[in-house]
Amino acid sequence: MGTRTAIVGVGQTHHTSKRKDVNGQELISEAVKRALQDAALELKDIDAIVIGNMDHFEAINNVDCWSIDGSGAFMKPIMKVTTGGSTGGTLGSCAYYHVASGLFDVVMAIGWEKNSESDTQAAISTCADPIVERDFFGGAIGPNAAEYAMYMEQFGATQEDAALVAVRDHNNALRNPHAHLRKFITVEDVMKSPVLCWPIKLLDSCPRSDGACAVIYASETTAPKITPNPAWVHATAVSHDYVYFGDYDWEMMPTLRTTVDRVYGRAGITDPLKDVDVMELYLPFSTCGVVWMDHMHMCSLGDAPKLIRKGVFDMNGELPINPSGGVLSTNPIGATGLIRLGEAALQVMGRAGERQVGDVRTALATAFGSCYWFEATVLRSTKP
Amino acid sequence: MKDQAANRQDELLEISSGKAEHVYYWHCGHYISPFFMGLRDKKTILGIRCSHCGRVYVPPREVCGRCFKTMHDWVDLGSEGSIYAFTVVKLPYIDPNTGKPIKVPRTDIYVKLDGADTCLMHWLDESDETKITVGARVRAVFKEQRRGTIHDIECFTQI
Repeated sequence: MGTRTAIVGVGQTHHTSKRKDVNGQELISEAVKRALQDAALELKDIDAIVIGNMDHFEAINNVDCWSIDGSGAFMKPIMKVTTGGSTGGTLGSCAYYHVASGLFDVVMAIGWEKNSESDTQAAISTCADPIVERDFFGGAIGPNAAEYAMYMEQFGATQEDAALVAVRDHNNALRNPHAHLRKFITVEDVMKSPVLCWPIKLLDSCPRSDGACAVIYASETTAPKITPNPAWVHATAVSHDYVYFGDYDWEMMPTLRTTVDRVYGRAGITDPLKDVDVMELYLPFSTCGVVWMDHMHMCSLGDAPKLIRKGVFDMNGELPINPSGGVLSTNPIGATGLIRLGEAALQVMGRAGERQVGDVRTALATAFGSCYWFEATVLRSTKP
Repeated sequence: MKDQAANRQDELLEISSGKAEHVYYWHCGHYISPFFMGLRDKKTILGIRCSHCGRVYVPPREVCGRCFKTMHDWVDLGSEGSIYAFTVVKLPYIDPNTGKPIKVPRTDIYVKLDGADTCLMHWLDESDETKITVGARVRAVFKEQRRGTIHDIECFTQI
């Protein structure tokens, strides 16, 4: 383990379907200013910056240079990282690595996206192999829809089980002033919404949003000077397993299992339901909120629907998931994973406002890329 | 400042990139080329086996990622298998290869070909989800005119 590191500040923009009032640099600047304000820091206090998005959405390749005015990186070390949908999680890991290495004291991660500037599904389809799989990919929704069709067949789960997850996340968003979609919905609303890729319907699905998020990481010596309640990083893990989508083992979900096993092991979590107080999970579709619970060791294979029907993951349940409203309510893709980290940090710092879940000692945040890449981070109120 | 700027303007502009084509030429190499030639010349689907772990991959590729070993053992997988997973796409979106909306409904399937350990993605000629089952037997339907692409297979059909 390197230098102990904590999250000390979080800033995010107002997220919505189309931010025509700002260009990309200005959107980034909005999140950066808010993160600096949240940590009561000035730009001179930031030693390095990592920034990321998915190039195909805006067709701008050099965001690290292009956004310097907005990011505050003028004459600072800045590095772009991008791993598709999981970019936001990777940004967090990268900022953590910078500080944990001992080479930098305070580092800012910035994730952003202007999804409204192009056709989201077409841009995402470029993550599938161009000559063998792209034409059969079904956009971002296709693989997850197929995954749930298979899960229903295997374990008798229903579309209503997924709808319960959609209702939970959408209605949690009512407490989050930053959320893009804030509308009360019912299971019936979900079931009646148009089918996008069977069995995934409109209200089972994440929106595409314009937005940005910035999260500030600081070292053991500096973090306590910035805030009395830093969110300490106890573990991060990343695993990728992809050549073709057809290679993926959906029955055992090796990337998700490997990722959570690594962070659970490093953070000493043996029973996530008891050992974790809140989770901010990158669930792009409500169906993922069913299937992935099994592989995150919340229950035995196929038992997730039982926990969901009991409300175990609701705001007042044993382990609240996505008090922010999650990805189903807000999805500026390059920022989405970083928002999970920021929201989890706010919970640990006790600064999540109306969406605060009591006294949070341990929080877990994940990120997911549509090639079945997973990232996870465990944050705690106590130093590792 | 932003408010002042907004007050100066009646509208917020948006600039289109235009419709210029940007064509890519992807190289198929020593593994995908024979795979496509198998479809074109023999109406068969080729896979490749890792001599270290025994997994049979389709489409074929040079390296088994798990073992990091070069593979040489080609396997003729024929044209039949079963449905591992599927979805019926009902939302049209822009095909990045053509720039035009895809035709829906369209059924995307993951086929576990007999003798393979990974799946091949393709289309099924049935778009009523109530008539499709995970595990159903399927066969590749080949086109009359084949030119060495994944679309030499028209689609799969339930047997």
